[in-house]
Amino acid sequence: MIAGGVPVRLEEIHVRYPGADRAAIDGVSLSIEGGALVVLLGPSGCGKSTLLRTINGLVAPQSGRILIDGREITGVAPEQLRRGIGYVIQAVGLFPHMSVAQNIAVVPELIGWDAAKIRTRTDALLELVRLDPTRYRDRLPRQLSGGEQQRVGVARALAAEPRLLLMDEPFGAVDAIVRLALQDELRRIHEALGTTMLFVTHDVDEALRIADQIVVMRAGQVVQYGSPLHVLARPATPYVAELLDAADSVRRLQLLRSGDAMRPLPSAGAAAGWPHVDAAHTLREALSRLLDGADCVAVDRGDTVAGVLTFDDVRRALAAAA
Amino acid sequence: MTYLFAHPFAVLQRLGEHVELTVLALVAASAIALPLGIFVAKNERAGRLVLGVLNTVYTLPSLAVFALLIPVLGIGTLTALVALVAYAQMILVRNVAAGLRGVPRATVDAARGLGMTPAQSLWRVELPQALPVIIGGIRIATVTLIALASLAAWINAGGLGVLILYGLQHDDPGRAVTGSVLAAALAIGADTALRRLERRVRTG
Repeated sequence: MIAGGVPVRLEEIHVRYPGADRAAIDGVSLSIEGGALVVLLGPSGCGKSTLLRTINGLVAPQSGRILIDGREITGVAPEQLRRGIGYVIQAVGLFPHMSVAQNIAVVPELIGWDAAKIRTRTDALLELVRLDPTRYRDRLPRQLSGGEQQRVGVARALAAEPRLLLMDEPFGAVDAIVRLALQDELRRIHEALGTTMLFVTHDVDEALRIADQIVVMRAGQVVQYGSPLHVLARPATPYVAELLDAADSVRRLQLLRSGDAMRPLPSAGAAAGWPHVDAAHTLREALSRLLDGADCVAVDRGDTVAGVLTFDDVRRALAAAA
Repeated sequence: MTYLFAHPFAVLQRLGEHVELTVLALVAASAIALPLGIFVAKNERAGRLVLGVLNTVYTLPSLAVFALLIPVLGIGTLTALVALVAYAQMILVRNVAAGLRGVPRATVDAARGLGMTPAQSLWRVELPQALPVIIGGIRIATVTLIALASLAAWINAGGLGVLILYGLQHDDPGRAVTGSVLAAALAIGADTALRRLERRVRTG
């Protein structure tokens, strides 16, 4: 599978739907790096889905420019444009009369791949989204659970090796546990492929979990654009602070790694009897161990104890991130 | 029913005419109704107008339509066909349009979002999903046409109506009953077969 993602640039986008009394998108400019996973976050009606749909031409802006990989999209036939951009929607939109394999093959067929190549690709994609090809290939969408349907939806969007993937509240309709699993899968797929991903959600925790960068939107405008930690630590407006519940320090701890905040061990063997966390675990988990009654937490890297965390270290890390 | 056994070939001939008239009308009507139904589904305002006109045609008494067509087309099979096609339009167009409108917006959105042209979306996604409703329309239209084709005998277009009409006019109840029972059996048979087809294509 090819890797890599294209940069996307929006310049002064304005969208007003016919008959609407205010603009759906009111002068949005954004520059998205190739290979980033960017989450558009905001309440319903803030314009995040509309903004996403301008990028694959499902909504035509009244003014402004959209550049994908440096090329303006207005000159491109919309169908051609869309075949090069993956698209996943909340309702999944799998075609109920087609098998899983046929659904995934839609775009490769539109662009004329031969049958053997499509078959290989379909199986590889099912593996990528962790569905056993021999079991799932010939099933109909209605024979799948909600989470499985959405996995197929992601596989279908990635079928023709797009270097840009648009996702519109893709995990909104599945239950909380499945949603967490799908978020982890998406991160994994993103790291494996490096595709530029634009992900729309109104779920703050989802945004914080998966995003490299978060675009906070309100009433058709971008209010803040930055890393999850930056947006949480320095909300640009009271609206952002309220939306993200930025005053909640524990939420911020979720974004910090124990390994980044630890101090070296005072002496070898000092960690005897301390509770342990992994260096990759968040400070929230370290805090939880400390609240259980320990004064110190040992931080492991692999099989060895690499450092120590105390209440003071957690507080210092939190302050440093602000 | 004694008439049937006394004159099996005459009955068979009328049955054949009846089936032929129904099938010809159905094929012609479907060929017109499919594009018309697509148009109605895709153009809301103009679509309402088309359905209104078809509805008016549908409410006209069938014998009156035969009568009105005679000065234009004369009597015979062609006139009967035109009338039957006109009647079937309402049912077929309404079902084609309803089937297409019943396809979830998300499905159409996905089709367009993946890069299908409107025509590709229509043929590959929307029509296959509308198929059960469309076949349902064909089923109702078929049953209606079999009934209406019995009246074609009035304008000399043959069919089982000939037996019924002759039987009523010449006090020959055996002949009338034979025609009636066969027409009913034909309608029930067609209904059952198409119902089965409808179930088979229902996927989602």
